[in-house]
Order: sequence, then C-alpha cells, then structure tokens
Amino acid sequence: MTPERLAMITELKRHLEGLQAKGIVSVHASLGELTVIARRDEITTLLSFLRDDSQCRFETLVDICGCDYPMEAERFEVVYHLLSMRLNQRLRVKIRTDEQTAVPSAVQVFPVANWYEREAFDMYGILFSGHPDLRRILTDYGFEGYPLRKDFPLTGHVEVRYDDAAKRVVYEPVKLVQEYRNFDFLSPWEGMQAVIPGDEKSGEAKS
Amino acid sequence: MADDSTPITEEALADDRKFTINFGPQHPAAHGVLRMVLDLDGEIVDRVDPHIGLLHRGTEKLIEYKTFLQALPYFDRLDYVAPMNQEHSYCLAVERLAGIEVPERAKYIRVIFSEIGRILSHLLNVTTQALDVGALTPPLWGFEEREKLMVFYERASGSRMHAAYFRPGGVHQDLPPELVEDIHRFCDPFLKVVDDIEQLVTENRIFKQRNVDIGVVSVPDALAWGFSGVMVRGSGLAWDLRRAEPYEVYSELDFRIPVGKNGDCWDRYLCRVEEMRESIKIIKQCIDKMPVGPVLPDHSKFAPPRRAEMKTSMEALIHHFKLYTEGFHVPAGEAYACVEAPKGEFGVYLVTDGGNRPYRLKIKAPGYAHLHAMDHLCRGHMLADVSAVLGSLDIVFGEIDR
Repeated sequence: MTPERLAMITELKRHLEGLQAKGIVSVHASLGELTVIARRDEITTLLSFLRDDSQCRFETLVDICGCDYPMEAERFEVVYHLLSMRLNQRLRVKIRTDEQTAVPSAVQVFPVANWYEREAFDMYGILFSGHPDLRRILTDYGFEGYPLRKDFPLTGHVEVRYDDAAKRVVYEPVKLVQEYRNFDFLSPWEGMQAVIPGDEKSGEAKS
Repeated sequence: MADDSTPITEEALADDRKFTINFGPQHPAAHGVLRMVLDLDGEIVDRVDPHIGLLHRGTEKLIEYKTFLQALPYFDRLDYVAPMNQEHSYCLAVERLAGIEVPERAKYIRVIFSEIGRILSHLLNVTTQALDVGALTPPLWGFEEREKLMVFYERASGSRMHAAYFRPGGVHQDLPPELVEDIHRFCDPFLKVVDDIEQLVTENRIFKQRNVDIGVVSVPDALAWGFSGVMVRGSGLAWDLRRAEPYEVYSELDFRIPVGKNGDCWDRYLCRVEEMRESIKIIKQCIDKMPVGPVLPDHSKFAPPRRAEMKTSMEALIHHFKLYTEGFHVPAGEAYACVEAPKGEFGVYLVTDGGNRPYRLKIKAPGYAHLHAMDHLCRGHMLADVSAVLGSLDIVFGEIDR
C-alpha cells in the first residue's frame, strides 16, 4: 500500500462521510479497502450518485454478491463492488435484507447488475424489486432451494443418474454411503467459549 | 399440417421469418457448455438468451467447507486455460487478510507463471477464434506451443493444468535451475511463432471480413456492462490492473499495454497477439532479475516446514501435521483481491470469521460479465457473427459457471 493510495482512500472516506443524506450509514476503511454501509431502500439513488459524482466516478459495477448470516435478524448481506477506472479507486457498498424484503434492483443504474442479481437470487433467494427477468441462472432447470445459504446441506437434496430402464435421467433423494466428514478443529483451549453444563462453578472454585 | 386451402396472409409471411433456434449446449463454437436461445428474424439476430450453469459445480459452496489450503485447487478448475492466474488472486486475498509477506523470489516466480498463463490463454483464444470463422491451421500451430508451456507448468508443479502451485505466502516449490534456463530458451523462438501465426491470420481476407466491425464495444458500453481486460482495452481504454494497481513486482517491470481503436473483434484479437509479445518481455525480465532465496516465508504458521527440518525437529513435525489437517487460521475480516487474468479482472471476495475455513468466498469471473453482454452485442448482427463475437469475448465455462 503506497502512501499516495492511502491518502486517496482517506480523502474519499472524508468525502463520503459528508454525505449522510444519500443513504450512507457509515464508512469504514480496513486493509486499504473502503466499505460503505448503506440503507437498503436508497441503494439505487446511492449507486447512481456514486456513478455520477465527480469525486467518485464509480462507473463500473464489478460484482454483486450475497452473504448469509443466519443468526442475525436481517440475515442477508448484499455486497456491491464498484470500480472507477478514471480515478483508479474501488468501493464496497453493503446493505442488509431478509428472505421477504426485496432490494431495489440496480439494473437501471448498471445493466450488468442483471445477471449478478439473478445469481444472488439463485444462490440465496434474495429478492430484487424492479428486476426485469428474475430467473434462476446457475442451478439446474427446476432446481429447488437456495444452495449457498448456510442451512443448505453441502450434498444438496437430490442426485441424478441415468436410468437405463426408463431411458432418461432420473432425480432421486441423495443417499450417502458415508457421511461427509466435518471435523471440529477449534481446540477447546482456544475455541470453546460456552459454559459446559454443570461446569458453571469451576471458574469460581479456582479463584 | 398446412394444406393448400390455407390462405397465406402478409402477416403469416412476416411470421415465417421469425424463428427461434437453440445454439448448443454441444456446439464446437460454444467454447464449452453454453446453451443460447437465439431469436432470429431471417438471418438477423433479434435476441440472445444465454443459458449458463451447465458446468456449475458449486465451487463457492465447496470452498466454505474446506480449509484455506484445500480451497486452493478449486481455482485451477475455474478458468482451466490459465489455472495459475486464478490461484494468484485467491492467494493475494488470503495474504492480505492474514498479513503474510511473500519472499522476493516467489514474487518473480509468480509473475513468470502468470505470464505463461496469459500466453496459454491468449494462444488458445486467438487461434480458436480463427477456427470459429473457418481457419483450421492456426489452432494446430498454437497448440504446439501451448504444449511446451504446459510442460513448464508440469516441471514446476507436477501437473500440466491443475497446478495448485501458488500458495498463500509464495509458491509451493522452488524452480529447478534447468527449468528457468529452458523457459528463457523458449522465449525468442516463440516470438517467431507469434509472427508466423500473425502472418497466417491477421491480414487474412476471410478473417478480416468476419471480424472487422463485428461486435463493436464503445467505451461507455464497456463501463456500463462491467467489462475488464481485453474487452476494455480493445475499445481504447488503457486499463490494466498490472499497471493500475500493481501487485507483486509488476511496478518494477517494463512492459506496454496494447490498446485497440475501434473495439471490434479484430482489435481485440490484435490486442491479445500483442499482449503475448509483452508477456514474453516480462518473462525475460523476470528471469534476469530473479534473486535467489526462499519461495515461502520461513518460520511462518502459514507455510509448511522444509522436509529436512522435519527429520530432526519435533516442532516442525507437529507444525506440518497441524498445517495439513487443521490448516491455518485467518483473522476475521473481508478483502477483495483481484489480478489481471488473461480474460480480464479476476477477483476474489473473501470473508473470514477467524476460523480455518473461509466464511464466504465470492469469485468474480471476468467472463460472466462479458457473456452477459452477448445479447447487447449481437442484436442486429447476422447469425454467423454470433460465433465470431463469442470467440472474441474469450469465454471459458469453468469460470462462468463456477
């Protein structure tokens, strides 16, 4: 990370922090990357502002992706990665949503958002309002479920094989000869924070 | 069945011209498993609807269940034409989050193999683009050179394609001195081969008729459709991550960035050919400048101990065991790292929770955005141009379907 680059990021951060009204909640910088937490309902206004503002010029939408935190009230995070080729700077914009609440689609601002939003819908079931064509994109025709959600099993629910008698490919529930091995590597000395039942007083006894 | 008594109206005649055809998923010009539904008006393309995902293997899901080291080989299987460039992006993301310093020699080796990957990919694309529009010889010439390059891959990593050679912290093994010499010896004759291929293809009348002014991308289009790599450079925008956000040792190397003028298929072809020559220049400089030294950080939690050390040191043995079973832990955080892969910006967005596995890993593949623009690029073109446009987008399904 060169000093000029760091100065650029600080400068952009200061500029964005002054724009609370545009739907920006907070701005963070870490590891040389700038992250904006934004309000869901104002995301399209924010994106078009970031595209047109002379200090931002984020004209390329690099990526949209989802991220799942099932323990939280609004479980999905939608992450937009923006790039300005003119000013050579990058920005990450994050919003939160849940299974029911639709995110305003960014297709009107960046046409490339179309497939990225379809992918987020396909993988997480995140809904986008105003999207022209919200179909599944990567999974099989007739696929059910949202594979990248944390509660979707790694093995999936169905497996396919060619049935020689029926002369076609058939779908069957997954049968595993051996369970997928999932090791718990967190050693009890470092990882375990929870109190073991019946062990509540062990800490007090020692002290 | 229409019999003779059915009156033929004007409307029916116009309707007759409209039909829908299915291109792929098994088609030699589809560059993999792409199914495209083409709405045609006569021979003019009205609408293109690419159906992707036929090669979807759930890479991102699988990676969430693997340690950081086990996740690495999945990247070879994305863009299988230039495997190491993908690994590179992943390694950069892990290194940024974990704060790993890469030794100098490993940086040079990475650059050499990234550029070999670039040549591998461009050779395939340039020659098969010629094949798509009817020329048979260029692929034969190009594949001969690709084979030599894959032998270099094999001699460095043990595998022609699925190398798993770049590791967080450096590269897995040092290069043998003979290999470095052989790579150097490969460079100059290869420039001659590039000249030969160019002589065969560049000014060829049929090739130009099929590619000039086909699939024109303007600069505003390239930005709006999220293009990167040759797709923006072909339109005249000098954007290259090796120059814009220099990683490894690119800032110390002397190379030029070829840009096109018209943004058509032919300009993109010319950019790729010129980039191969620049890559050779970079490789030669790296070989000259490459210092001696370690290729993985010494005494680091992120790199395995050397084999000799493990014979005598108990700690080294334990470390080796822990590294290859539990793997290393990366502090919680998020990072987006990208490299200039042959096809464009290949990015990895990595979210970690402090454990030994990625919490979420999003692969940003350049081809995904490019293929998305097929509809935009092909409208109004002839059916035969679809394969020319597709060829010049440089599509590989491993990275698009993931």
